[in-house]
Amino acid sequence: MDYLLIASSWGLALLQALLFAALAPLLVGWVRKVKAWLQNRRGAPLLQPYRDLYKLLGKEVRVAHTASVLFRAAPYVVFIATWLAASAVPLVAVALPTAAIADIIVVVGLLALARFFLALAGMDVGTAFGGMGASREMLVSALAEPAMLMAVFTLAMTAHSTNLASVVDAQLAGGLVLRPSYLFALGALVLVALAETGRIPVDNPATHLELTMIHEAMILEYSGRHLALMEWAAQVKLLLYGVLIANIFLPWGIAGSLAPADLVLGLAAVALKLLALGAALALAETVLAKMRLFRAPAFLNLALLLALLGLLGHVILEVGA
Amino acid sequence: MAIGLDLAALAVGLALASALASALTIRAPRLLRLLVLPLFGLAGAAAVAAGLVALVRGEVSTAVLPLGLPWLPWQVRLDALSGFFLALIGVVTFAVGLYGPAYVRGFERGRDPLPVLGGFAGLFLAGMLLVVLADDAFLFMVAWEVMSLSSYFLVVFHHDNPANRRAAFLYLLMAHVGGLAILLGYGVLASFGGGFGFEAMRAAPLSFGWASVAFSLAFLGFGMKAGLVPLHAWLPEAHPVAPSHISALMSGVMLKVAVYGFIRFVFDLIGEAHWQWGVAVTAVGSLSALLGVLYALVQNDLKRLLAYSSVENLGIIFIGLGLALVFQGTGQGLLAALAFVAALYHAINHALFKGLLFFGAGAILHSTHERDLDQMGGLLRRMPWTGLFFLVGTLSISALPPFNGFVSEWLTFQAALQAWQLESGVLRSLIPIAAAMLALTGALAAACFVKVYGVAFLGQARSRHVRRARQVPLGMRAGQGVLAFLCLLFGVLPTRVVDLIEAVPRQILGQGLPEATAHGWLWLTPVAPATASYGAPLIAFVLLVLALLAVWAARRGTLRRARRCDPWDCGFAPPGARMQYTATAFAQPLRRVFALLFRIEERVEQRENGLLRHRLVVGDRAWGLFYAPVVRAVESAAARIVRLQSGNVRIYLGWTLSTLLVLLWIIS
Repeated sequence: MDYLLIASSWGLALLQALLFAALAPLLVGWVRKVKAWLQNRRGAPLLQPYRDLYKLLGKEVRVAHTASVLFRAAPYVVFIATWLAASAVPLVAVALPTAAIADIIVVVGLLALARFFLALAGMDVGTAFGGMGASREMLVSALAEPAMLMAVFTLAMTAHSTNLASVVDAQLAGGLVLRPSYLFALGALVLVALAETGRIPVDNPATHLELTMIHEAMILEYSGRHLALMEWAAQVKLLLYGVLIANIFLPWGIAGSLAPADLVLGLAAVALKLLALGAALALAETVLAKMRLFRAPAFLNLALLLALLGLLGHVILEVGA
Repeated sequence: MAIGLDLAALAVGLALASALASALTIRAPRLLRLLVLPLFGLAGAAAVAAGLVALVRGEVSTAVLPLGLPWLPWQVRLDALSGFFLALIGVVTFAVGLYGPAYVRGFERGRDPLPVLGGFAGLFLAGMLLVVLADDAFLFMVAWEVMSLSSYFLVVFHHDNPANRRAAFLYLLMAHVGGLAILLGYGVLASFGGGFGFEAMRAAPLSFGWASVAFSLAFLGFGMKAGLVPLHAWLPEAHPVAPSHISALMSGVMLKVAVYGFIRFVFDLIGEAHWQWGVAVTAVGSLSALLGVLYALVQNDLKRLLAYSSVENLGIIFIGLGLALVFQGTGQGLLAALAFVAALYHAINHALFKGLLFFGAGAILHSTHERDLDQMGGLLRRMPWTGLFFLVGTLSISALPPFNGFVSEWLTFQAALQAWQLESGVLRSLIPIAAAMLALTGALAAACFVKVYGVAFLGQARSRHVRRARQVPLGMRAGQGVLAFLCLLFGVLPTRVVDLIEAVPRQILGQGLPEATAHGWLWLTPVAPATASYGAPLIAFVLLVLALLAVWAARRGTLRRARRCDPWDCGFAPPGARMQYTATAFAQPLRRVFALLFRIEERVEQRENGLLRHRLVVGDRAWGLFYAPVVRAVESAAARIVRLQSGNVRIYLGWTLSTLLVLLWIIS
């Protein structure tokens, strides 16, 4: 019986990881659709990102003469690391064993690993755009990562744990109370998520205008299945940040046990939260303009400041109480 | 004597033998690589064995040597702390034994004296080993000076270049100012303890004031040797100019000997920790980490960049030690042990990956005679093994899972996140800020090493001699391979490593980490499983399986073969090597964001022939703020004192006599 339970929980963890990869393009499709509606366009079908991936996976790969082995290995490393990071984030249920493998710091570390290879791949062919994208990506991430960790530390100190499952549990057990530190941390995490997933106002996922690209500049030389993996990894990353925000700050509805009814409820809840978040992202991208690159540090410093305020708020206001 | 001490004595003996044997290289230069360096490597292996024995057995063995002063024979002692640092020294030394022979081959025909290289390297190693083994202040200081002086001769080995001589002199000067502070620190302990033996110093009854004086002196002295900001300016000058295998030893190992000295002095000899000291150490550590990595980021000289990155990593180690002091001073023994283990773990990690990276820089230097990143490019295809090992080094130093650097940073974060257990609100809010500085440091380190790897190993060659680079000999690859393998091993099996290291805080702090490895070898759980856990083997396993799956799919031919073509680059003309992003360009955005912290001179000059020339000099602010005033003060004092120098012998004798009289009056 015990073994059965363990096996079923690992099976569910695997299922959740697969679900993560499978749902990621849908979120992107939804954001694009809402954006199109807001711009009075009909927009591409919701499933268009799947079709794009399918098309790219079947296409021939072209690799520049100047590219090295690393260029061809990077898409796999980037996708695997991102996906591994995602599989440690509670999507539908909390009580899964994967949460013990990787706490939030490991998740951030795995995303950093993916970014490291992404930036290296950008520099590998030896084009000016690739180097430019890599340099800018490292600038943005160098400033975003501390803000992200600070925001997460605020939660971790409240929950006395960096384990994501424990953080969600603590949040559920605490009930619906207004914690100032959480509000600040939420603000910081949202700003970081925008920067890290390459959305407006830091980067524009739809642009191919040479001098403004960041993420697109790094994957400019990719084609075929390599490009598909890179795109898919970016979609998984967007979903990861969405789920992180949805399930940590508003964990209600997430399945506490592995009972089927709970799981269905959990899936429905996270889907609703993500629909709302995606619509908000589309709205933000419609009303905001992309910033100049050297304005991005100010944006990220705001995130760092918010995270710091959250942390200090937690330490000063909440610990003794 | 116990087996551990026997092995340690063997290590010291082999190091001295290698120093003696290098006298033979005057006649036969070949002996340097055939005899001297193999002996050197064996000394390293013996030191590793001695260290492991001490760590595994967890017992303390002492001995009295038939040397020293009549009333003060030299005493040696091997406990877990010494054992840990013996193993650390030994690992890198062993790798140098593999790497060195091929590397020094190029010097055989050169004009630089080979006996100096072999002899002082042996003395340097013996000095470091004896520092770690010493059980009285006298032997400690003698060994410390042997280490500092012999490394001076190694720094000045390429003495043709005036810049190298200047760097070496600066190094000598700083080493001695630091040595003086350490000597005075021991003086405080010795006068209260009534003896120069460490046993007497441990028992010394110290008031908080005197303990703080001793602590400050030790922090100054050892911090100077460890290259902490703002006393770091000598380090990026001195470490890069030595031959690369010596740079690996200096950055990877000698800085750790300073860490050892600090731990021995503060945690063991003073014994009582105060949280105020911890705050100071954490603050200096955070500052060193952040400034070290920022300065590393803007360097274009590969070895200099690595030297600055050592400042960063020593900063991270001192953050851990500072947290340990804070926790120990506030009675949180378990957390102190956690922070302490994190610091030690980072110390060994830094030895491994910094050794590896200096080996890589040495391999590039050996193959291309180039240290300037802006001349490199495309080396991965010309030197695939070096490229692979260097990649492991950059991943480790950037603290990315599943490599070793990540584990120690993770442990440091875990220690910092336990700050909520402290009573004081100030500490509770300060420590997470240190953690945020650490996070920023980690992210900047990743940017720095993306730059290094991307510019040096990827893209196209930027100069002719780099285009002609060739594979380095087997020995050099083997030396790098050993360290790269250990970087991966220490990242994938952290529970085993923590099991070993844990003996050190158990002896020094009286508190181990019972929970950390209690849940099997798969799970690293520093405090409790519900608080945080890291399953490094599982992550490495999944990464490996998925990667193999991808390779298998690509090899089996299920995927269509890739076709080679010209780069796309948005449809512009095929890019040439000069159109690539350079190291300078890569760092420009971050240089601009953190412009306040650098001393930047940038100007565009119009040359006579109408060509424009862009000049950029990025300097270290510490020099102008902390060093230049001292230099000016010394020079103006010297200008006054020079008036005494009249050239008249009778006046000199008069001065000598009156000085003697004054001294006699003082001591009587």
